[in-house]
Amino acid sequence: MKQSEQQEAMKPLIDSADIHPVARICGEPLMEIPLDLYIPPDALEVFLDTFQGPLDLLLYLIRKHNLEILDIPMAELTKQYMAYVTMMRADQLELAAEYLLMTALLIEIKSRMLLPNPKAEIEEEHDPRAELVRRLLEYEQMKNAALRLNELPQAERDFTTARIWIEHKTTEPLPTINMDDLRHAWITILTRAKVNRHHQIKRETLSVRAYMSQILRDLRGHKQVEFYDLFSPAATVAEVVITFLAVLELAKELLVEITQTETFGMIYVRPTDATQFN
Amino acid sequence: MSDPLTPLNSINTLDTLSPAKIKQILEAVLLAAQDPLPVTELRKLFDNELSATVLGKLLEELREEWTDSGIELVSVAGGWRFQTKAGMQPYLDRLTPQKAPRYSRAVLETLAIIAYRQPVTRGDIEEIRGVNVAGSVLKALTARGWIDTVGHRNVPGKPALFATTQTFLNDLNLRSLEELPPLEEMKSLIESNNPTEELPFEETATPAS
Repeated sequence: MKQSEQQEAMKPLIDSADIHPVARICGEPLMEIPLDLYIPPDALEVFLDTFQGPLDLLLYLIRKHNLEILDIPMAELTKQYMAYVTMMRADQLELAAEYLLMTALLIEIKSRMLLPNPKAEIEEEHDPRAELVRRLLEYEQMKNAALRLNELPQAERDFTTARIWIEHKTTEPLPTINMDDLRHAWITILTRAKVNRHHQIKRETLSVRAYMSQILRDLRGHKQVEFYDLFSPAATVAEVVITFLAVLELAKELLVEITQTETFGMIYVRPTDATQFN
Repeated sequence: MSDPLTPLNSINTLDTLSPAKIKQILEAVLLAAQDPLPVTELRKLFDNELSATVLGKLLEELREEWTDSGIELVSVAGGWRFQTKAGMQPYLDRLTPQKAPRYSRAVLETLAIIAYRQPVTRGDIEEIRGVNVAGSVLKALTARGWIDTVGHRNVPGKPALFATTQTFLNDLNLRSLEELPPLEEMKSLIESNNPTEELPFEETATPAS
């Protein structure tokens, strides 16, 4: 509480031009004391939600303090970064893992910069900070792109598509099937079954529902299946009848759709859930 | 999907159709359609006897005629459609108690990366953002119909490649990906010494209103 009062009190000071810089970083005057080093305990949750990750936090620190992104003062940045991470570790260790990885990277870069490296002086690209800077800039580019993307008008949020009410749109068009076509198909199947008739006498307990499930299972993964293919060539008359009934039942319950595009054309059966995806 | 546009019956041949009548037809069809209709689809209305140029001109005229209205005719990736003007939305919102979704920064950043760098894998997104991408983020975008899987990268694990969809363009009033706001030049990012955007803390100070 006291701290935030202090912060408030400092604001007009910062705005006035004739104050002395509190510090100099790389020769650049630092006009304000890094206030963000102090995080009130209740702000921690806000903080965790605010930053999208270590890159976001680093960018915030860099931009907040007008640090030169191509010449990041590693000691300063690492110090500030770690102050945040320490706060986070106290509360949410799980989330801190990615942040800790970044801490390790920052310290590594810092230490590599401290080592005397007389030979690499010529090769500018061996700046240990280069990869970090590349990632920071790439992230910032996408972060800003996301903000601008969000400013575009968005369907449902900023406008709605206009449509007039049309009655026939409300009813699902039912499959159009000619009676004769079905009868014809039925006779073909019966004939086929007759050819394959055999005389093993055995009582089979068949249920239309079971066949319905089987047909649906057969249809799964297919966009559509030819009507004839639903009937096994080896099927007995009883099985053919049950299968046929099952197809009709499925159509009645709107679980399948039976279509025929032209007269005497191929009849197709397709699961209705597949049509929803198309 | 059955063709929602049944051709005109032979009584109304093109000869009897004045440009005004054609515009009326276009207007009615576009207002009745569920989705945006491309010019190729609209040409079918007239048995393909009208050129795309002629239709385009008539559509432009129709757009002009609607300018003084709460509704506007726009051209998006999927074709032409009518939609309410931006200023109308606050009033439309009063009709429906539920608010349109506002996406979190995680969702928006993921969307931006997919839009600008597509096709990308989840790993690519995580590489740029520096954090894990939660499954819920990708699910939210998929559920909205804005992204989908277009293939798999041929590396161990065969990760899915994500890309944006036509729905994404339609919903953002765009005709193509080229119309997305251009990415900032790296140079300008390097030179930007002042934070251009609001600081994150202040951003959350006003929670989703």
